[in-house]
Amino acid sequence: MKKSLLCFLLMSGYLQASEVAYVSNEKDNTLSVIDMERFEVIDTIEVGKRPRGITLSKDRRQLYICASDSDAVQVMDLSTHEIVNMLPSGEDPEQFALHPNDRHLYIANEDDALVTVVDTETNRVLAQIDVGIEPEGMAVSPLGDVAVNTSETTNMVHWIDTKDWVLIDNTLVDQRPRHVEFTKEGDTVWASSEIGGTVSVIDVNSRSITHKIEFKIRGVHPDKIQPVGIKLTADGKYAYVALGPANHVAVVNAKTFEVEDYILVGRRVWHLEFNADESLLLSTNGVSGDVSVIDTAKHKAIKTIKVGRYPWGVVTLKR
Amino acid sequence: MRTIWVLLLLFFSSAANSKTEVSLVYASLWVDRAPVLSNILPAPEDQGIRGAELAVVDSNTTGRFLGQEYLLQQVNEIDESLLVQQLKELFGQGQRLFLIDAPASTLRSLAAELGEQALIFNVSNSDDELRLSGCYANLFHTYPSRAMITDALLQWLKARRMDEVLLIKGARAEDQAYAEAVKRSVQRFGVKLVDELEWDFDTDLRRAAQRELPLFTQTDEYDFVIVADESGDFGEYVPFNTWYPRPVGGTQGLVSTGWHRVVEQWGAAQLQSRFEELAGRWMNAHDYAAWAAVRSIAEAVTRTKSADSQSVRDFILSQQFELAAFKGRPLSFRSWNQQLRQPIALIHPRALVSMSPQEGFLHQRSELDTLGYDEPESECRLNQRVE
Repeated sequence: MKKSLLCFLLMSGYLQASEVAYVSNEKDNTLSVIDMERFEVIDTIEVGKRPRGITLSKDRRQLYICASDSDAVQVMDLSTHEIVNMLPSGEDPEQFALHPNDRHLYIANEDDALVTVVDTETNRVLAQIDVGIEPEGMAVSPLGDVAVNTSETTNMVHWIDTKDWVLIDNTLVDQRPRHVEFTKEGDTVWASSEIGGTVSVIDVNSRSITHKIEFKIRGVHPDKIQPVGIKLTADGKYAYVALGPANHVAVVNAKTFEVEDYILVGRRVWHLEFNADESLLLSTNGVSGDVSVIDTAKHKAIKTIKVGRYPWGVVTLKR
Repeated sequence: MRTIWVLLLLFFSSAANSKTEVSLVYASLWVDRAPVLSNILPAPEDQGIRGAELAVVDSNTTGRFLGQEYLLQQVNEIDESLLVQQLKELFGQGQRLFLIDAPASTLRSLAAELGEQALIFNVSNSDDELRLSGCYANLFHTYPSRAMITDALLQWLKARRMDEVLLIKGARAEDQAYAEAVKRSVQRFGVKLVDELEWDFDTDLRRAAQRELPLFTQTDEYDFVIVADESGDFGEYVPFNTWYPRPVGGTQGLVSTGWHRVVEQWGAAQLQSRFEELAGRWMNAHDYAAWAAVRSIAEAVTRTKSADSQSVRDFILSQQFELAAFKGRPLSFRSWNQQLRQPIALIHPRALVSMSPQEGFLHQRSELDTLGYDEPESECRLNQRVE
């Protein structure tokens, strides 16, 4: 009784916020909930061990959480913030991607050189696919026919056929590939290479690199420019790239592949997410333990929000 | 003309289908180690080779997608001339890639006798002379030099403003060499050496450290004590027993090293857990150097699609080469002496204290070149190019 009353009081706070962000704190085993109007943390939720990748279900009612050291993917009901399910994920899940069918979750198992495919309705493992060492980035094409995964030590983008879950091709990219992102049309993949310091733009049909983007920031040693998270705008005009210990987010013209600007954010920036209308971009800053709020029109960080230790993943949710 | 083209195409496509075998030899010269006082936690007997094994497993996973197979063969010897003989025979049979864990004299004879086509990686020797004069075109170093190790410590001392140090060294040749490296670094970074003492007592310090060491370290006041005791004879007993209550580092205490279990940033946690699964123990600097050597070769083979030793060598020395090696930035080889440039960890047994180079120590080429002998200080000019 007491718990449900507390729950109600807590939830009433959320009801006031029309848009919130969830941030996974890797070294605190928590999620921070941010009110996107007031830019304040309004709740901290305990989850499994070493939470990293997080993603929303297509109906935006559930949140999937990679609890890496719990060796599970947790499913959180966003109306109650209760963990309602634990999916078998294989060992050490780091990042994942949900198939457009809203059922199949593609999970990168960092310690086992595997990609695990899980049916979120039946809790069954559908397939495990051998990939390179330290699989990390994961994405499924919006067309649903192909999934891609990066392996950090093998330095490849692996292409997986989603019909029969077989590896169909590999594209060699620069050192330590991290994040992969499909364009909305599904014809192009953007892949960041952390140690290589580049972003490769890959044509999905030929599975070959068509452009390679390099970064240069005055006063920052090239070694410290380490691209990780990538976010593409819905209109296909811009890409935002988080540059790790360079403490900047690059603004890339997605048509010309020219870098147009660099935005100063917190220390060791990992991942990025837009709000619903893409007027704001959030960045998780691992070392400084905060989230920067970037005004996408002004190319400027307008607010810093302190969260837990080593913030990693971020999603936003509009009601 | 057309026939030639067809033939060439056929040749290339069949080459792409066949497997590229990359054959590696890991050779150790087992040197008799003198007994030490602090013999409580001995170094693992399989250090080095286990790092090479892990890198072979890693590279074979990548190789599976590219039609490459890595094979590792181990050679152990207790006699230098027999080892050289054995490796010459392997070279005669077509073996080109060697990882060597041996004293400097053995490395020199191997480099001289195995010929230009061989590629030798020094994976355990920190001898500064090997990087300073008489460098060999077929000899690469993935293990950091003593100068790199002591520069890393002295940079940190400078950054922490501990400007006056006491040096305690052991009597063995390697301790003297470490002490020489410390003295060079002390001068390089403008730190004052308060005194230099040699430990030659034969007391069993496991029982008498509290009595002996305070008196021994009663000199002019210092901020920090540097211990030069590579074999771990007395150094473990120096921390907490100095006359002035000051921190201790060097070969013991705050240890300056190429690798340790406590390094877990920059994705290293995954490497550490893979290694522990394979070896059942922690990964150390020897394992790391052997790992980095195999990974350097594998990177060259992957990018050039060739296991030919000359093309591996050319790629490793090219501007395109960069090794992702869990130290937070790409690693590469110095052109003039073929030493792998790399950050050095300063650790205590339970945590990483710092990584050098320290912020603010700048270099026109790479901050990593503030550690160890820089090009103008070295007599070696192996691969002349503008960097």
